[in-house]
Amino acid sequence: MSDAAACVAAPESMLEPLIEIRNLSFSRGSRLIFDNISLSIPRGQITGIMGPSGTGKTTLLKLVGGQLRPDAGEVWVDGLNVHTLSRRALFALRKRMGMLFQHGALLTDLSVFENVAFPLREHTRLPESMLRDLVLMKLNAVGLRGARDLQTAELSGGMARRVALARALILDPMLVMFDEPFTGQDPITLGVLVRLIRNLNDALGLSSILVSHDVAETLSIADHVYVLADGHVIASGTPAAIQADTSPWVRQFMQGLADGPVPFQYPASSLQDDFRLPPLQEPSS
Amino acid sequence: MRDIWVGLFVALGLLALTLLALHVSNLLSLPSGKGYFVTAEFDNIGGLKVRAPVKLSGVVVGRVESISIDSKNFRAVVGMNIESNYSIFPIDSSAAIYTSGLLGEQYIGLSPGAEDAVLKSGDRIALTQSAIVLETLISQFLFNKAAEGDKK
Amino acid sequence: MMRPVLNLLARIGQGVMEALARLGRWFVFMLGLLPALPASLLRPRLIVDQLYQVGVLSLQIILVAGAFVGMVLGLQGYSILATYGSAESLGVVVALSLVRELGPVLTALLFAGRAGSALTAELGLMKSTEQLAGMEMMAVDPLKRVVAPRFWAGVLTMPLLAALFSLVGVLGGYAIGVGLLGVDSGSYWSQIQSQVDFREDIINGVIKSVLFGVVAVWIALFEGYDCVPTAEGVSRATTRTVVNTSLAVLGLDFVMTALMFNV
Repeated sequence: MSDAAACVAAPESMLEPLIEIRNLSFSRGSRLIFDNISLSIPRGQITGIMGPSGTGKTTLLKLVGGQLRPDAGEVWVDGLNVHTLSRRALFALRKRMGMLFQHGALLTDLSVFENVAFPLREHTRLPESMLRDLVLMKLNAVGLRGARDLQTAELSGGMARRVALARALILDPMLVMFDEPFTGQDPITLGVLVRLIRNLNDALGLSSILVSHDVAETLSIADHVYVLADGHVIASGTPAAIQADTSPWVRQFMQGLADGPVPFQYPASSLQDDFRLPPLQEPSS
Repeated sequence: MRDIWVGLFVALGLLALTLLALHVSNLLSLPSGKGYFVTAEFDNIGGLKVRAPVKLSGVVVGRVESISIDSKNFRAVVGMNIESNYSIFPIDSSAAIYTSGLLGEQYIGLSPGAEDAVLKSGDRIALTQSAIVLETLISQFLFNKAAEGDKK
Repeated sequence: MMRPVLNLLARIGQGVMEALARLGRWFVFMLGLLPALPASLLRPRLIVDQLYQVGVLSLQIILVAGAFVGMVLGLQGYSILATYGSAESLGVVVALSLVRELGPVLTALLFAGRAGSALTAELGLMKSTEQLAGMEMMAVDPLKRVVAPRFWAGVLTMPLLAALFSLVGVLGGYAIGVGLLGVDSGSYWSQIQSQVDFREDIINGVIKSVLFGVVAVWIALFEGYDCVPTAEGVSRATTRTVVNTSLAVLGLDFVMTALMFNV
């Protein structure tokens, strides 16, 4: 753990980490998703969490947000143990967290403007003119000030994510969690999203968690990366350190090899049995 | 725009409820509570029910409020509420149970007497005529026929 | 030999377990929604929006169905009553069957098909597109913000729709009976007014429809909230809403009729 933190060269690492996950275990049905993992998310930085599909990256975000309860272990966010909080305190904490869902999770019956204004309308009693200014500022930050009157159905996938980002930022959170922001985006949108995440994190003094399996984009903006597989943290460090990692599993994931520690074949009975082939003959000469 | 529709919808719904109450039920003809209560004893009330109308010359002047049995003489006691603006019945008025049509509901018909004093709350109508029960009527008819046959 | 029997037993066991689990989730949903109900009354804006979705958009089918049911009652009632020579009682037959039974029950069934299924599909879609989870992460309780206003809208809508259904039905019966079959207009109304009791018939009918409203909207919201968040899950939940609401309404109607109209 301390080794991982030491890998981060930035001065912020001196501070106490924003999120501490200690000995967390979580299972869904009989499937163990996290097996006693520990990791910490430093303040002011972008922390990438990578791993193949189905390793529970989204589940990790839901555990941090208090939407799921762990079987064992603790999640500390800004000095608070998330799963011992009362509902009221948990909601207060969530107001300081923004989450960007995989497909944006915009409210379909509201316009772009109203979607971004939604948290303000729910949690504050601001005068309409101030609310308008705040919303337009955030929309401007993601480059969609002109799209305020569109309905959510008229947005492309990338635009929807940018609107969702503006919404996640509207309450000026300390932490933003990105759930697969790059999936299924064209190169231009990818570039926009990458730049947005990096710039907003630095300009607003955020801390970001970036859950993704898009290797290149994540490595290009993350300050620190954890690689998860089979319920364990199998590697962590700066992007450079991860790329230099020599373990076969990390190499397979980083380079996208078809076969390796993760086999190409789904576990099955042997080829001979399945196709009812005659037992292998001695090689005839 | 939607607000107008919602307003229209709620207004229409409430209007429908009001119309049902006023036009499709007896709300307006319910006893206003400001009537007076008289009773009458009958040998047989037939199919008379609580809330059956009490009529004078075909005009509804009240409703049957209660039906019970006098435990001393085993006769039916019908209590009825007569509206206060019809406090005009002489005390020797009579009450009878009629049927509207062959299969219709049964009601109480009042016929005014000749005395000067009028019925007050709690009074009892002395002169009554019971409901005509079809079976009794038929058996009487047959009995009379048989009696006629005997004479010949 | 034992195998089919064991399989059958296992299947029954699974069914019972699944049913109990659903019942448990139903109770959890109910306990979660109850405390959210009073607070949502403070935001009438949300309820008005839902009144449009649930009430106004159901108006058309309710009015058309009510008129036709009333007209059919007029035709059928007349042909039966005329054989007994009491065609002037047509109004009573039409009005009583509408106000007591057909109004509340058919409205609830149509509501399940029109508004209930839409509510389930909407909530299911919101669940499958993570809108509900997103709200929770924005520290907004979806039970308060999304479910409770829809509940109130449904409960308010049902008696209004049922009253409209009954009224339009009585008018439809009038059109057929008086306009077409020659029943006397005066006796149509006077018979109704002397035979339909305000407390026993109208009020009981309203009570019925309020209760049906609670049941119908509750089932619709639960199925949407509880659905498997996939396209298939949403469509299954929508079907379940219509089926379960219909069964619940018909069963409840029998019980309430037995309790209310001590025949």
